[in-house]
Amino acid sequence: MSLRRLLIALTTFVLLSAPAFALQPPPGQSEFVPVDSVPLSDQLPAAPLLVTAYAFVWIAAMVYVWSIWRRLNKVEDEMRALAQKMPHR
Amino acid sequence: MRKAFPVLAALAGVMFVASPFVVARAPFEASMGIVSKIFYFHVPSWFAMFTAIAICGVCGLIHLFKTNPRVDRIAEAAAELAVLFGLMGLVTGPLWGRKAWGVWWQWDAKLTIALLLEMTFISVLLVRKYGGAGSDKLAAAVGIFGLAVVPFVYEAVNIWRTIHPLTSVIPTLPATMGGPFWFCVATYMLLLVVLLMLRVNLGKRQAALDELYLAYED
Repeated sequence: MSLRRLLIALTTFVLLSAPAFALQPPPGQSEFVPVDSVPLSDQLPAAPLLVTAYAFVWIAAMVYVWSIWRRLNKVEDEMRALAQKMPHR
Repeated sequence: MRKAFPVLAALAGVMFVASPFVVARAPFEASMGIVSKIFYFHVPSWFAMFTAIAICGVCGLIHLFKTNPRVDRIAEAAAELAVLFGLMGLVTGPLWGRKAWGVWWQWDAKLTIALLLEMTFISVLLVRKYGGAGSDKLAAAVGIFGLAVVPFVYEAVNIWRTIHPLTSVIPTLPATMGGPFWFCVATYMLLLVVLLMLRVNLGKRQAALDELYLAYED
């Protein structure tokens, strides 16, 4: 009876310890290997920076043209309104 | 000049649209790769800004001694464009620097003076807008000081030790890089001329409106 209990306990221990060992972190790095350039996976992608830079230039130019057009329209509207008032005086 | 405007505007538009394709065909710089292509519109932005500042400074000088509203309108338009092109340079530069230097910004001589120059011309616009009577003369004087700063911005890399590339890069560009670069410079200069004409016309209409208000009040 006691042997049977011992076997059950050992089997349970083996079965439970297997996943615990499987979940252990990988062994620590034992040595550092020097390289001259940054690994490709760590390099900052340049294309988004380039696209952002060009997009900003375009947007800035377009917004400026739009702001001139808007201000010009406002001035023209005011001039028309004023010109309409003038003959009634 | 009025007849030339549609032609110049169309040409500037076509060149501005074509410039990314021209830049795409240019070779990459060996150490910087893709991000080096920012150079093709970062440097022309500064060239356009310096030209706008020169126009603003010279017109400011004329207006300061011989009060001339027409010249003052050109100075005002040029100051606005100096801010616009300066902003383009100040935004595209850090995007390049982030990749090339690993930092967005460095408080070195070149970058700091360039930022101060941009702030000088923002102050010109603020003085004009909120300065009240006589602000046109004050803005003209600030614009002249801005013009005096330009050589320091350009030569900063040769005078002080900075991480920014030297001015010797441009004269030594190989033809494959120089062609697209000068195409972009021409595009930005043309864009400057077209935007200046548009902005001066706006100033002229605003002056006409002011005169109309005066006539109405009389």
